Amino acid sequence: MFWEQLINGLTLGSTYALIALGYTMVYGIIQLINFAHGEIYMFGAFAGLFLVTVLGVNIFVALIGAMIFCMLLGILVEIIAYRPLRGKSSRLSGLISAIGVSIFLSTLMVLLRGPNTTRYPEVLNIHSYTIGSVEISSLQIVILLVAFVLMAGLQFMVQKTRLGKAMRACSQDLDAACLMGINVNRIISFTFAVGSALAAAGGVMVGIYYNAVWPYMGMMAGLKAFSAAVLGGIGSIPGAMLGGIILGVLEIFGVAYLSSSYKDAIAFAILILVLLIRPQGIMGQKKIKKV
Amino acid sequence: MDAWFMQHIDAYYLRIMVLIGINIILALGLNLVTGVTGQLSMGHAGFMSIGAYTAAILTLHYGVSFIGALIAGALMAAFFGFLIGIPTLRLEGDYLAIVTIGFAEIIRVFFLNFEPGGKAVGLYGMQQFTTFSLVMVIVIVVTLLNVKLLNSRYGRALYAIRENEIAAEACGINTTRMKVAAFTVGAFLAGLSGGLYSHYMGYIAPQDFGFMRSIEILNMVVLGGMGSIPGTIIGAAILTVLPEMLRIVADYRLLFYGALLVILMIFRPNGIMGDIRVYDLRKRWQTKEVETCSKS
Repeated sequence: MFWEQLINGLTLGSTYALIALGYTMVYGIIQLINFAHGEIYMFGAFAGLFLVTVLGVNIFVALIGAMIFCMLLGILVEIIAYRPLRGKSSRLSGLISAIGVSIFLSTLMVLLRGPNTTRYPEVLNIHSYTIGSVEISSLQIVILLVAFVLMAGLQFMVQKTRLGKAMRACSQDLDAACLMGINVNRIISFTFAVGSALAAAGGVMVGIYYNAVWPYMGMMAGLKAFSAAVLGGIGSIPGAMLGGIILGVLEIFGVAYLSSSYKDAIAFAILILVLLIRPQGIMGQKKIKKV
Repeated sequence: MDAWFMQHIDAYYLRIMVLIGINIILALGLNLVTGVTGQLSMGHAGFMSIGAYTAAILTLHYGVSFIGALIAGALMAAFFGFLIGIPTLRLEGDYLAIVTIGFAEIIRVFFLNFEPGGKAVGLYGMQQFTTFSLVMVIVIVVTLLNVKLLNSRYGRALYAIRENEIAAEACGINTTRMKVAAFTVGAFLAGLSGGLYSHYMGYIAPQDFGFMRSIEILNMVVLGGMGSIPGTIIGAAILTVLPEMLRIVADYRLLFYGALLVILMIFRPNGIMGDIRVYDLRKRWQTKEVETCSKS
């Protein structure tokens, strides 16, 4: 029971972590809470569904297709709704703009597909493996593996490549990065693209795992992923991974051992408790206030 | 008096005006917290639901008079605002935002499982005590008190916290106390408007006070112009009327709503009244008068 719940929690948590990475990277660079991120995740899930059902491609091809589609969508959103606001207004107007995009995208999907839940087709042959007394399905293994590969890839890109170096420079100081000859606008677009691709991967995997996608799925997932990012310390990439996994595991345990009617409250209660003890999140750095 | 209004104004317009009034009270409360003091709160609907449920339960089950229930609901919301305010206001910016979102979500889930509140079905059968004249009287009183507060020492202290918290603290302002006070007053106004709302609609359910509702209130404040009372009133009016006007585009309503938010932010990033202060305008008019006087 305990180990099975733990694996369920890890599976859910790794999808939260994939979405949370997009929040934390964008926040790290331009201090914007990108509320449209949950909707990008929802579009990713639907793009995967479209590729699997209409074009009939393999699920892994569909995963990559959905990631590319959401990359473009993320860049488009950034150019239309955030870039004109950058630098000339308070951060709150960016937030409102993001909320506008979020409402726009979820309504667009309702108009395209209707508000009801669509079932995902069976794309993988699901086997169950029993290790000791623990049962684990091949689907869970696939999700955990994909999430792990993507996160490792992201970590490699951010730490080892030139582009990653530019991203880190931008998150430290946007103006100084600009003076060093980094094309800041391009790096910001790139960050949106990477975050959106990860969210799309999360969307496709949640679609397969729960066998359902619907136009409003982005809202709650987005809120929880944002909580995960804040829990880990917003702006910190390992923090978002850790926060997502902790949140997923604790949510599953909360449902299993406490009560399922309080499912959506558990994540937030944990978040509030952690922030009261450690206001900067688990891996966040405490900022010293300066005049 | 209300009979007169009902006779001479179309019921549909009267309804919209009452809703505008309720939203003005709500938005003025959030304006104190987010617009004036600069503390990003994204869970204002949570306080509204506390006021709405408290007032509705009191009139439905305990036979309390409407005014008594209204005040009790507002006080209950203010109490929770105070309670939540003390620990959370140590947090800053986006951390505060996510905690207020989380708090509102917890309240919503609580009411979803709350037996006297009718669980997911919600409460219904409240008499329509809220009338147009009552709402207007409350709006005027709240607006006047708000103007009075913002022009006082306390109001200036709140603005100072928004502009620079460290400098404000150095000037001897007890920032924590002022922030908790602003939060409490904001929650009080949200509870008040919640009570009015529940006794106008006659039906409330937990999903009426979800995350989107909080966002709607925040939009009113930001769209109108942060910290500006006329701006907040205009923002509340526009965002109440806009969805009604967009009814002609039927299914595309929310699509336009979302797009309009983005466009408005691109062209007026500081809100409609954000960089206009009535005080400055008056000063400008006065100086003009002085000039003409000296010329003649």
